[in-house]
Amino acid sequence: MKNIILKNIENPNSHRIEEYIKAGGYFALEHAVNEMTPRDIIDDIKKSGLRGRGGAGFSTGMKWQFASLDPKFPKYIVCNADEGEPGTFKDRVILEKNPHQLIEGMVITAYALQSVRGYIYLRAEYPHVEKILNDAIQEAYAKGFLGNDIMSRHFRFNLSVHRGAGAYICGEETALINSLEGRRGDPRVKPPFPVNSGAWSKPTIVNNVETYANIPYIVETSPKAYSFLGTRDAPGTKLFCVSGAVKNPGVFELQLGTPLREIIYDHCGGIRNGRALKGIIPGGLSTSILTPDMIDCPMDFANLARHGSMLGSGAVIVLDDTMCIVKIYERAMRFFEHESCGKCTPCREGTGWMRTILRRIEDGMADMEDLATLEDVAHNVAGKTFCPLGEGAAQVLLSAMKRYRGEFEYHVKYKKCEVTDPSLRWGHMSMDELD
Amino acid sequence: METSTSQSTADALDKGGILKNKIKVLKKMYPHTRSVLLPALHAAQQLYGWLSEDAIEQVSRLTGVTTADVKGVVTFYSLFKTKPLGRHVIYLCTNVACLIMGADTLEEYLGKTYGISHGETSADGRFSLVIMECIGACDKAPAMLVNDDCHFNISMDNIQQIMESYR
Ligand SMILES: Cc1cc2nc3c(=O)[nH]c(=O)nc-3n(C[C@H](O)[C@H](O)[C@H](O)COP(=O)(O)O)c2cc1C
Ligand code: FES
Repeated sequence: MKNIILKNIENPNSHRIEEYIKAGGYFALEHAVNEMTPRDIIDDIKKSGLRGRGGAGFSTGMKWQFASLDPKFPKYIVCNADEGEPGTFKDRVILEKNPHQLIEGMVITAYALQSVRGYIYLRAEYPHVEKILNDAIQEAYAKGFLGNDIMSRHFRFNLSVHRGAGAYICGEETALINSLEGRRGDPRVKPPFPVNSGAWSKPTIVNNVETYANIPYIVETSPKAYSFLGTRDAPGTKLFCVSGAVKNPGVFELQLGTPLREIIYDHCGGIRNGRALKGIIPGGLSTSILTPDMIDCPMDFANLARHGSMLGSGAVIVLDDTMCIVKIYERAMRFFEHESCGKCTPCREGTGWMRTILRRIEDGMADMEDLATLEDVAHNVAGKTFCPLGEGAAQVLLSAMKRYRGEFEYHVKYKKCEVTDPSLRWGHMSMDELD
Repeated sequence: METSTSQSTADALDKGGILKNKIKVLKKMYPHTRSVLLPALHAAQQLYGWLSEDAIEQVSRLTGVTTADVKGVVTFYSLFKTKPLGRHVIYLCTNVACLIMGADTLEEYLGKTYGISHGETSADGRFSLVIMECIGACDKAPAMLVNDDCHFNISMDNIQQIMESYR
């Protein structure tokens, strides 16, 4: 299959504009401004069936249409490059190796929305990417793909990087907008949605890096060509970033609907060190864990939902049988507690209590009543939080407790871990040690 | 009285007006002045190494955002530093993908070798340790940043060598 997003990345200079143009880059933008109306583009994106790659999977064309129909101007185009979902490193590859495809996608979006200003919200944890992006933006200005008279068509669009400062919640689009406005990254109540009242209360499009990177391909081929890829309900390719207990971790561009088994065994070479598969977190830490019997699940929105989980960001974390579920979820809860913005009580207090109890179980200090309390707290957080952060924290714990019940009970009963032999430190085993 | 002392010390911090000029340029990037706050804080932190009371006071005056408001923003974000850190800052990821590849052993090693845990600085001022959530290098776990340099696939075999390269 042809790569759309990761095309040309073996070229060590793929981030340079000359190489990007040589590989056919900025042709889609030329085609768009010369031969299409803004409305044509929005219609094409709608027809293509493209769904957001940042986690929620909302129809990109619909989002654009909502913003376009709002009479307020100016409109803002924002790229979500916060990539904070643990396990995710796919946007990083686009930002490092193919920044012009993101820029081209954003300029086409700006043309479709008649927007004059865009921002790339970049996480602070990628200090080296800021320079790559700024250089790419300068190159695009120099070639007339950005600026006040783009391609001599009296079309103006200016773009710059806005750096975050280490807060996972700023990946949530309304928190991101607060952060862009120079505020604490608390999420806002929706509605109004950003498409009507986003940055500086103006219509604002927030899309993920990978979403924008799909736009040039759709515009230069056709919505139909695009919808041949992937599944009916989820067209196109997806970047899957695989980490954990596989032989060959990394980022893979595959069609949506690719079975998990194919990703783990064909593309990643299977489980390392001859161990057995224990579980898979399929879409980042905020998505529910799958058990090995679910390995044939096709990786798309609908099928993962059917298995009680989500596609999320496409971050697949693979666990083998030396890894302890309690320890993993204790660490996960520490993350949610740390990243809770504190705005709503169920999330702020709940994540702290859940982490405390998990710690007690992990330390061998818990009894059966603690398990019941833990579940009770999780049930009291789920469905009661202001934004999906706390919801995710409760849901992933509840499904782990359901699917790996025995392991939680073993910790409580025997005050120790069923799987990790302390002499075998995870990750530090070599084949020889195992033999 | 107190305000005027702190104003004068804050002024002394930006004698050459470097920060003032930086913020002036940054303001042009946004439709409202308020939005310059994050870039302004990044600039101040880069200039002074950390965000002292004086630095916050100064950013407050250069941006027109009240000190209390600036502090609220500074404390929200984990990468704004409100105390001076060591010469080199180790940002070690211990989130799940790194944990299952042995990040906890590295954390223990750093603790034993330099006597530091999260947020602490070694007695000689050489290293500070900051425990990070995922830094987007999970395929090369465990991962860490030292200052702005990325280090991947760290293990007990190579951590000592990495640390030695930062004096
Ligand atoms: C807690 C939380 C964290 C999120 N983090 C990210 C992120 O890091 N990157 C991202 O693109 N979307 C993230 N999202 C989703 C955004 O809110 C938003 O849906 C997305 O940026 C929309 O772009 P898309 O339609 O192109 O996917 C997050 C959502 C939540 C609730
Ligand atoms: S979990 Fe450590 S880099 Fe992602």
